[in-house]
Amino acid sequence: MSAFQGRDVLSIRDLSRADIQLVLRTARKMVPIAVGEKRSRALEGKILSTIFYEPSTRTRLSFESAMARLGGRVLGFSSAEGTSVQKGETLADTIRMVEAYSDAIVLRHPQEGAARLAADFTEKPVINAGDGAGQHPTQTLQDLYTIWDERGSFEGQNVVLVGDLKYGRTVHSLAYALAELGSHLTFVSPPTLEMPTEILEHVKERGLSFRIAHGLEEVVRDADVLYVTRIQKERFPDPQEYEKVAGSYRIEMDLLRDAKRGLIVMHPLPRVTEIAPDVDRTKHAVYFKQAFNGVPVRMALLDLILGGGA
Amino acid sequence: MRELRVTPIKNGTVIDHIPAGLALKVLKILGIGDSVTSTVTVAMHVPSQAMGWKDIVKVEDRELAAREIDKIALIAPSATVNVIRNYNVAEKRHLTLPDRAIGILRCANPNCISNVREPIESTFVVRSKNPLRVVCKYCDRELEDIVAHIL
Repeated sequence: MSAFQGRDVLSIRDLSRADIQLVLRTARKMVPIAVGEKRSRALEGKILSTIFYEPSTRTRLSFESAMARLGGRVLGFSSAEGTSVQKGETLADTIRMVEAYSDAIVLRHPQEGAARLAADFTEKPVINAGDGAGQHPTQTLQDLYTIWDERGSFEGQNVVLVGDLKYGRTVHSLAYALAELGSHLTFVSPPTLEMPTEILEHVKERGLSFRIAHGLEEVVRDADVLYVTRIQKERFPDPQEYEKVAGSYRIEMDLLRDAKRGLIVMHPLPRVTEIAPDVDRTKHAVYFKQAFNGVPVRMALLDLILGGGA
Repeated sequence: MRELRVTPIKNGTVIDHIPAGLALKVLKILGIGDSVTSTVTVAMHVPSQAMGWKDIVKVEDRELAAREIDKIALIAPSATVNVIRNYNVAEKRHLTLPDRAIGILRCANPNCISNVREPIESTFVVRSKNPLRVVCKYCDRELEDIVAHIL
């Protein structure tokens, strides 16, 4: 029995370096099954509940696809409408009910800390599929897998995180994990949307140096990974200011002219205008592959947690 | 001769060795101010051999509940709580800061699951004791102004 069996995955911080490496290695083995080349019945007879209090098509479908590829079944709901939640049922009660129907629970909830609360009320493993502005560990694992798969390692890689680093939860978890794994981090954002000091402190505690920059040109030449996130309009009281800021963090062909050949450009998607469409055709663009990687990573996690041994 | 500024009490609780300036926060924790039924004496900025300066709070005819003592430990871990019965110190309690503060602080994050109608008690993990830093078990946010969020 693996150390993973029956475990909750609530935050990337719950996973050690060894845990993360196990998930990534397992995910790589899952790829032939994820693309339909190989068949697996590893999770036959197992039931996964996907309970989504707010819609998230990408996350939900990748969990459903992952479970189906391993021969398991999925039940659940994709929004709180029409469920007992609307009648005022507490999350604690919903979880105790769902526990009786399934072997593991995937939860998406608009409030921070919901997954940890859920885990307190069930013996079944809980996977956090996003809780408000809090954690989204499977997205982080998917990002880590993409970096590892494309670049071969984490140590010594120059990873540049670009965009809204203040409010973007994906970049917080990713920065945290990359610091654990020994990457060099550079944070590029408008001055008003810089990475919170708590994350910077953690990077320092790991004995790693980091750079803070406000422009892309100065950092792109040394980068191995460019992780781009969206800057949301609502963060700026003045729409003109938003246009100016968003424009200066756009990835265009010109910017990539001096980049390393092996540079990869990542984005959690959906993108709006952060990456010019002609970048899609370059070898740098891995964001669609990154989106696909959500399936083998979630397969790996489900297989390890439910003891499938695929 | 040393002047006695605060007279002994017959029955009640003496909270001594409060760091100077924190007496009013201790009163807030004890809910003193709304409906007090006994005498409360507050001495602020009292000379202390051990601490330089200290505050003292005496509450007559009241013994503190364990939860109240835990709350005081959060802001004044150096304080001592003496239970007085018939002018004598019947019990002397040293405060210990727990590793977790359960049901005594409210999370400042309005979108935290611990602030909605769920059957749980707020729980904070003590990340550092000096200076005191606490983090919500649920939403993982650090509570900045601890005193303002005492329940």
